[in-house]
Amino acid sequence: MTWRYARRYAPLVTMPITVPAYGKEAAGRLASMADVTADDGALRRFLHGLPGVDAVGLEARAATLGTRSIKTTAKAYAIDLALSMIDLTTLEGADTPGKVRALCAKGIHPDPTDRGCPQVAAICVYPDMVATAKEALGGSGIHVASVATAFPAGRAALPVKLADTRDAVAAGADEIDMVIDRGAFLSGRYMDVFEEIKAVREACARPDGSAAHLKVIFETGELQTYDNVRRVSWLAMLAGADFIKTSTGKVAVNATPPVTLLMLEAVRDFHATTGVQVGVKPAGGIRTTKDALKYLVMVNETLGEPWLTADWFRFGASSLLNDLLMQRQKLSTGRYSGPDYVTVD
Amino acid sequence: MNTVDRLSVLKTYKLYVGGKFPRSESGRVYEVTDSKGTWLANAPLASRKDARDAVVAARKAFGGWSGATAYNRGQILYRVAEMLEGRRDQFVAEVAAAEGLSKAKATAQVDAAVDRWVWYAGWSDKVAQIAGGANPVAGPYFNLSAPEPTGVVAVVAPQDSSFLGLVSVIAPAVVTGNTVVVVAAEGAPLPALSLAEVLATSDLPGGVVNILSGRTAEIAAPLAAHQDVNALDLAGAGEELAKELEVAAADNLKRVLRPAPVNWSADPGTGRLMSFLETKTVWHPMGV
Repeated sequence: MTWRYARRYAPLVTMPITVPAYGKEAAGRLASMADVTADDGALRRFLHGLPGVDAVGLEARAATLGTRSIKTTAKAYAIDLALSMIDLTTLEGADTPGKVRALCAKGIHPDPTDRGCPQVAAICVYPDMVATAKEALGGSGIHVASVATAFPAGRAALPVKLADTRDAVAAGADEIDMVIDRGAFLSGRYMDVFEEIKAVREACARPDGSAAHLKVIFETGELQTYDNVRRVSWLAMLAGADFIKTSTGKVAVNATPPVTLLMLEAVRDFHATTGVQVGVKPAGGIRTTKDALKYLVMVNETLGEPWLTADWFRFGASSLLNDLLMQRQKLSTGRYSGPDYVTVD
Repeated sequence: MNTVDRLSVLKTYKLYVGGKFPRSESGRVYEVTDSKGTWLANAPLASRKDARDAVVAARKAFGGWSGATAYNRGQILYRVAEMLEGRRDQFVAEVAAAEGLSKAKATAQVDAAVDRWVWYAGWSDKVAQIAGGANPVAGPYFNLSAPEPTGVVAVVAPQDSSFLGLVSVIAPAVVTGNTVVVVAAEGAPLPALSLAEVLATSDLPGGVVNILSGRTAEIAAPLAAHQDVNALDLAGAGEELAKELEVAAADNLKRVLRPAPVNWSADPGTGRLMSFLETKTVWHPMGV
């Protein structure tokens, strides 16, 4: 019982003031956890000391949160919120500057027939397309996110990954989406993964002292267990990730509600411990408005309102945008819209 | 020896959407009675969301169905006629109950419906010859017009002829490559829902024909306003409803076939067949 009360009132008594993961103070907060990241043994003990995940409970909770009915004005608000949280993504070998420019134009005015439609949060491209995207977006305020570190496999030497990152930052990327070395993580070399994330974070620094925000992709479809997802979430947040992201969208299993819920819970616990606010980005496989609303419900229920902005929650998606636009048109006109009334990309 | 009373097995009629038999999304049903008011069965009372799902299914099926060769489409429709023939007794009983006909008259209706289906099936590879052709032009070009299917057609099935009328509006739309969402006759939906079972077992790709039962006005309104529906057949809409639907359909310039009194037993002609076609014309240099 004491423990329960301690937990309930802990935030009121001990909760440190929230600082964003990309802020200057975050480093100091992370330093308070330095003992667990001091060496390989300590890190392993800490990660394996995290409580195991109740898989059945997690899936049931995620499924329950997916049953909420969001209608009328709440739905309209949620659709606009989801729109503003999209990282509009094109990560194809066949990407051309023209295609990236078209995507940027769509990001600025998702619905050309309705200027009241919010713009997306970011455009996500490969590093060589960053300059093109940056130029096309101009002063719109939309960020350019670039995948880096030998995306999507992450199978390259560290210097190559760092050069990849620096290139993207130099080309003007506002956000870097890195992939972790799943091979190292799965074989238990946690310190390697930790050091790599730290090194990439340093490579995100710009000459003027600011830095590109770092999103760390776990590729949860390859991590096998929920326990691993919880461990890697803590690992990445301890290493200084600004955002944690589920997947690359390039493997069979992408973002699922239970995995995202688990990461949201890790972010909540990390925030409760250190006061550092970290963002979450589910990516891949979110195609319908209905799915997007389920994720927003999970964010609200797990982390609360501070995370319900494009600064702290993102959808990595491409086809989701069209479905959101069709639903938006349905709400404003009362008639079902069709794929003829949104762009093909 | 004891005679054992058999349990009566009542049939659950369901919608037909995308090749599957779902219940209405709303979970509602309504009572269907025969012409004397005796209860026959409960039919699903479809909602606007079922209509939405049906349009999605029809749109998904359109590429494959319109892209199939005319010969292939004809064969599949002929196969449907074969299946109809095998279920003749069931349809005779349902038509007789729904329309209050004698067995002989109902049989005549069902026979006429099967014949009509075969007749339309035959048109699949012939419609291009009468709706298209070479155009004389003043220049060194071959100029050819060919009919193309319009797309997704929403059909309000006739209220007065539950089976012959139904077949007479579905077959001409699908034979040319359109996919359809059918709103079955409100008072007599059972033959339509049984037709779905025939379609599901006869090589017709799922989603080409989707059948909804319920309140005609409730289901037809969202279909008429739907931006992803290309044409509207108002065969079974009353005067007032037809006007409303036509207004709603005007927004994205749907092709609309207005209701008109039709004798379903008479020779149908090619009118309906030609109603849901677009003409594609190509210019090809002669190379002189």
